[in-house]
Amino acid sequence: MKKSEVPQDKSALENFTREVCYVKNEDGQYDTELSTGWEAKKVALDEAWKEIERRTAEAREQIKKGEASPILYFMEEKLMDFTVLSGYTGIWKFRIKRHLKPNAFKKLSDNVLKRYADAFEISINELKNFKA
Amino acid sequence: MSEFTHHQTAHCENGVTVSLLQHHGVDFITEPLAFGMGSGLFYIHIPFMTVNNGPAISFRTMPGAIFKRTCKALDVKVERKKFKDPKEATRFLDEKISQGIQVGCQVGVFHLPYFPKEYRFHFNAHNLIVYGKEGDRYLVSDPVMEVTTSLSTEELERVRFAKGALAPKGHIYYPVQVGEITQEQIRRGIAKGIKRNCRDMLKIPGSIAGVKGIVYTSKKIRGWREKLGPRQAGLHLGQIVRMQEEIGTGGGGFRFLYAAFLEEAAVIMQNDQLASISETMTKAGDLWRDSALQMSGIYKGRLTEQKDFDACADLLVEISAVEKEAFKELAKIKF
Repeated sequence: MKKSEVPQDKSALENFTREVCYVKNEDGQYDTELSTGWEAKKVALDEAWKEIERRTAEAREQIKKGEASPILYFMEEKLMDFTVLSGYTGIWKFRIKRHLKPNAFKKLSDNVLKRYADAFEISINELKNFKA
Repeated sequence: MSEFTHHQTAHCENGVTVSLLQHHGVDFITEPLAFGMGSGLFYIHIPFMTVNNGPAISFRTMPGAIFKRTCKALDVKVERKKFKDPKEATRFLDEKISQGIQVGCQVGVFHLPYFPKEYRFHFNAHNLIVYGKEGDRYLVSDPVMEVTTSLSTEELERVRFAKGALAPKGHIYYPVQVGEITQEQIRRGIAKGIKRNCRDMLKIPGSIAGVKGIVYTSKKIRGWREKLGPRQAGLHLGQIVRMQEEIGTGGGGFRFLYAAFLEEAAVIMQNDQLASISETMTKAGDLWRDSALQMSGIYKGRLTEQKDFDACADLLVEISAVEKEAFKELAKIKF
């Protein structure tokens, strides 16, 4: 890539940083140039976030239908997989999978709920009384 | 030894390596040199594993390897520590800071307050330098940032103890002893870094790593439209582009950075062949950029047909051939 060809597109990097690109200068030598972003990857990031929103909305639907517990919604919202959630709560993955079922969720003690709530950075109340 | 100079680099680990070594008087070290001596270039597509619901692909070597290998090549002794207890980790950090020692810290980005929300995924192999403390705020030099920043005790503890894959566990590291580095040592470090990178790109058995891994991904791409449907297939392509081009890569999946290394190495080793292989790597980087453009046509919804997926796959096959040629040439050089 030539120095003059470095894209300077508007992206999520705005007000955060410009990124270093390795490019060829006019003399054909390597040099660095700062970039504000590249549209091709900006769209990739935008699409990834749309997908997260879609999955969160889908989790809401499942909870409404009584097919899933609020844990599913907050997992999606906080972009967590089982490994991450298990890490933050100290609860084994197979137990988390059980807690995704509404019936198992209803029986959870406040102690366990608190561990989930802390991981999601919400209160126990918000978790317990989540309205999908 | 308290004055600290912030260096902005493409990749965080290179940046920490460069800043910490320069601080210890290793003034010749640059990001491309650290990346090349550390054999940073790679490709792997791990099957049956997903990252953020997309394909698990990496364009660079394992986290931590670049710092470790570069320091070893230059005979720099490194101290590193991980912790169970966050309070203990903070105490240790405070102790080092009060001794005027600047340290590298591995952190997760999900809770990193100065990152914009769009970039906050559960990615735990980010690196930054803590170079001092003012009041209750730690002075932070994050290599991907243009300027330095700061974090509170709670904020720093939180990101140092992020959870999930590659959890940092408070990982802290810093050079303790840097001797006189000879020109011969640098040359040996470069030669070794290149040899090891040839092995990684050409010799790993199986079909998922090195130049063969790129062909593996191309085969997967041909099947994605049929297997996953256009929308999910587009998201998968988007993930490849992000791994390849997002902050930290220097563009073209680290290929331009490696080409810059070969250009520097050509001068140090006085070897013109390295300069010509640098051109081949630049070509690979340019082709990766082309493939990102083609892929973006798909996830923008502008390109929807099987032949568009095939065009991406064809580009990857071509890239694999170009990189194979480059590394075969590199492997032949007798240093």
